[in-house]
Amino acid sequence: MWALRGCRCLRAAWSWGGSRLARGATGGRQIDQNPEWQLEEQKPLPQKKVTMELLDHLERLALVDFRNWEGVERLEKAIQFADQLHEVNTEGIEPMDSVLENRCLYLRGDNITEGNCTKELLQNASQTAEEYFEAPPGNIPLPKLEERESFLQDSN
Amino acid sequence: MAAPVSGGGRLCRLAWRRRAGALHSGAQPAALGREPGKVAAAQSGVAPWRAVVGLEVHAQISSNSKIFSGSQVQFTAPPNSLVSFFDASLPGTLPVLNRRCVEAAVMTGLALSCSINKKSLFDRKHYFYADLPAGYQITQQRLPIAVNGNLSYTLCVGAKQSQMVTKNVRIKQIQLEQDSGKSLHNDARSQTFIDLNRAGVGLMEVVMEPDMCCGEEAAAAVRELQLILQTLGSSQAIMAEGQLRVDANVSVHHPGESYGVRTEVKNINSLRFLARAVDYEIQRQIEELENGGTILNETRAFDYKLGCTIPMRDKEGKQDYRFMPEPNLPPLILYDAKSLPANIDDQQVVNIDWIQERLPDLPSVKRVRLVEQYGILPEHSFTLLNEDGLMELFEDVVRETQMNPKKVIGWVISELLGHLKQYDLTVKESPVNSLSLADLLNLLERGVISSSAAKQVLEELWKGEGKTPLQIVKEKRLELIQNQRELDQICQAVMEGHQEEVMEIKAGNKKVLNKLIGLVQRATQRRADPILVKQILEKKLSQ
Repeated sequence: MWALRGCRCLRAAWSWGGSRLARGATGGRQIDQNPEWQLEEQKPLPQKKVTMELLDHLERLALVDFRNWEGVERLEKAIQFADQLHEVNTEGIEPMDSVLENRCLYLRGDNITEGNCTKELLQNASQTAEEYFEAPPGNIPLPKLEERESFLQDSN
Repeated sequence: MAAPVSGGGRLCRLAWRRRAGALHSGAQPAALGREPGKVAAAQSGVAPWRAVVGLEVHAQISSNSKIFSGSQVQFTAPPNSLVSFFDASLPGTLPVLNRRCVEAAVMTGLALSCSINKKSLFDRKHYFYADLPAGYQITQQRLPIAVNGNLSYTLCVGAKQSQMVTKNVRIKQIQLEQDSGKSLHNDARSQTFIDLNRAGVGLMEVVMEPDMCCGEEAAAAVRELQLILQTLGSSQAIMAEGQLRVDANVSVHHPGESYGVRTEVKNINSLRFLARAVDYEIQRQIEELENGGTILNETRAFDYKLGCTIPMRDKEGKQDYRFMPEPNLPPLILYDAKSLPANIDDQQVVNIDWIQERLPDLPSVKRVRLVEQYGILPEHSFTLLNEDGLMELFEDVVRETQMNPKKVIGWVISELLGHLKQYDLTVKESPVNSLSLADLLNLLERGVISSSAAKQVLEELWKGEGKTPLQIVKEKRLELIQNQRELDQICQAVMEGHQEEVMEIKAGNKKVLNKLIGLVQRATQRRADPILVKQILEKKLSQ
């Protein structure tokens, strides 16, 4: 599973010092011989239980289908894996939300440069009517949890 | 709102009471109990309610192209013709921020006394709807471009709507965001058609704190915001074209208790409907709570035909928008005179101070200037600014005429505007322009015609046949009789023909004089100046 493979890579990369990432196979030169930061004792990762309500909420929002219990387990393992991020001490550090944070946001002049490609756009749509896209009616919310037949359908 | 609450008072002293049968009879619900303490005797001894109204106003930015793409912004166009690949969210497209939209938001923020955030961030707000092709809207949730502002607006209160009261509403924030496309429903055939021309147009969302307490205040605040936006030019703010959309958050509570559950009312497309929708929702919530029910935190749509709010099927339950930072847009950095970097392209810099210096006079400033410059009343200057183009017309007339502005205003508002309203015309569509009106007022000022004759001339001018006031006066022989001797003779004739009345006046009954004046007017076909006639008659009677 991709999650296990990912785990191994992360551990290898964790011998960083002075914010330089290990270059994997070449090792050696790039790895700081006197790291400032040591990986702590590997604590057993806490089990994260996912409630039925949360599953229902996620299915409704993201329109994914977890299909069966294996899918739910995979979700739980993924959450566990991501929780490892909490090990890093981020006190007093501003969160970075974009790798572009030191870039200038380019400002475009207010000129008309695009448009008038109705035919091309409509080409992609399966249903059109007189230059309009045709969409299925309204937002039909998923039925309530109790009423749904397909929730975790293939579980035994 | 009897006690004039000026400036700082945030919660208004309006006490709401349920009006028995108001909603069911289909009558217009009205805010009763405006005078705190004056309660309709028929009401049961239920504690008063206080209503709290907050508004979220979306104003379409007036620009040539959309906020993140180069397609055109235009209200009417063939469907899906003003759509770029980015607007249709085809893979491989990226947003590029339009400079004009940033400037518009900064102008609006400065005009509303907001602090402009020199660094603001863009986020994605996720929800599924057919008119949102990307499945998310780019907005500014964490750190918007402007925060903590203030909007002052005026309410006309009192019996004749002549007393002006100033109120304030705090502006929580202004953020830049994208508009969604338009969906047209054909419910009969269960079809929905999507037109993406509007998708991606720049919007400024102005979030107002819940400092308002009724529909009238909400409408007045939005009207003032509309005028400000139109003066700045950052948005044309025409509600009928969807350039200004308002969502109202309404809740009720007893004074002293915490705020109640709020509902959101959408689909309001005029100021009048805004006031009605808010008032209806307040009454509905009061009725519901007094009947022992509860208010759901839901979204309701305003049905303008029925004059009521109904729950919206699509928006059940609380939405989780899964906000996340927009990864394709770095933070937006704005500069001022101090922080301006030395060698940077002018095109890439938005200088807050530069924009501040070039802000035009806001409506509130213009109103004060009109009062000071022309000596007119505050409510007159309010009316002048409320009608598009009326202020310019008034100033043009004042410039062209010798009449005192204080008298001109009467003619502009009562007569000209009165006629415009009667025929449902805008100032621009007026058949009488400022020059014609100025000519007419000059004739009146010089004593060539009387006031009632002037009104007759205005009626004629309204027909728009291209005649000048002077021509009409001559045609209809409306000139006042200037010849003293002629007047004298007519007065004498009237007196001789009505000896009884003359006796009565001489005996001391002065009121009968008016009858004689009336008779003279009839004899002269209303071409006599009543003041002059009175003088002549009085002189004769005393002889």
